[in-house]
Amino acid sequence: MSIEFDISQIQNILEHGIPHAAEIGLKVHEMNEDGVVFSLPYQERFAGNPVNGVLHGGIITTLIDSAAGMCIYAKIKEYIPLATLDLRIDYLNPATPGEDVFTRATCYKVTKQIAFVRAIAYHSDPEDPIANSVGTFMLRSTDTPPLNYSAKRKGAAE
Amino acid sequence: MSEMTPEDFVKMINSAKETMDWKPVFDIIPYYSFLGLQLAPWGGGLTCVLPENKKFIGNPTLPALHGGVVGAFLESTALVHLLATQEVTRLPKIINITVEYLRSGKPVETYAEAVVTKPGRRVANLRIEAWQQDRKKPIASAHANFLVS
Repeated sequence: MSIEFDISQIQNILEHGIPHAAEIGLKVHEMNEDGVVFSLPYQERFAGNPVNGVLHGGIITTLIDSAAGMCIYAKIKEYIPLATLDLRIDYLNPATPGEDVFTRATCYKVTKQIAFVRAIAYHSDPEDPIANSVGTFMLRSTDTPPLNYSAKRKGAAE
Repeated sequence: MSEMTPEDFVKMINSAKETMDWKPVFDIIPYYSFLGLQLAPWGGGLTCVLPENKKFIGNPTLPALHGGVVGAFLESTALVHLLATQEVTRLPKIINITVEYLRSGKPVETYAEAVVTKPGRRVANLRIEAWQQDRKKPIASAHANFLVS
């Protein structure tokens, strides 16, 4: 099955198929075979440092994990169930309070069972990232219906 | 943000250490409030609890917790453990974390504990494990480095 990537359809999956993505307000900007770009608008409720409002590392992890999964779909052009095996994040710079965070994730190798992903998080300049990440994912991890299925159902109900 | 200074925050952490009441610290860290992070009354007082909440779901068909939330919970647990067990003169900064996802996390109450594997003068290394109903079946583990001075 081949899928044309329609950004509004991907945004619909984020908003209706992934409750936590909807909760934090994830946005998709790009999706093609080279990877995906997601963003997270700055929100004070995700600050980890109460003194200066710098975002908690965990919310950067969530942003990267979400984009990492989606870039595998972009690569294989099929919505199959995925499970994260591991994810390593290096925090290179603190996020600047008040600024949105972007992430670019790329699936650089996929085998029959495993996908390998790298990602960076940044504000405006991908050459000056906030975080660098690598992760591996297991493909066809469950026999549940694909991600876009439940989004379609929920989207249709509204 | 709040009008809090770094000194006020360190003071608050040290007072939590004395009283063993971490609620004021958790309440003032916005992301901890978002997670609803708590300490379990058992397990020596440093078992963190992530309450059940639909907003943490990443896969509604399984259903399963979002991997990012699990990672964030492990990182938060590590920091709480550092604050509670090490001498803190400033808020430790995370350098990196590697999360291993062992089982899919159900959207139920989740627990985590950390141990300091190396309490360095500049860098502390921790191991963190999260589980749900069965302590012997962890859903995720992680190791992380924090800059402590």
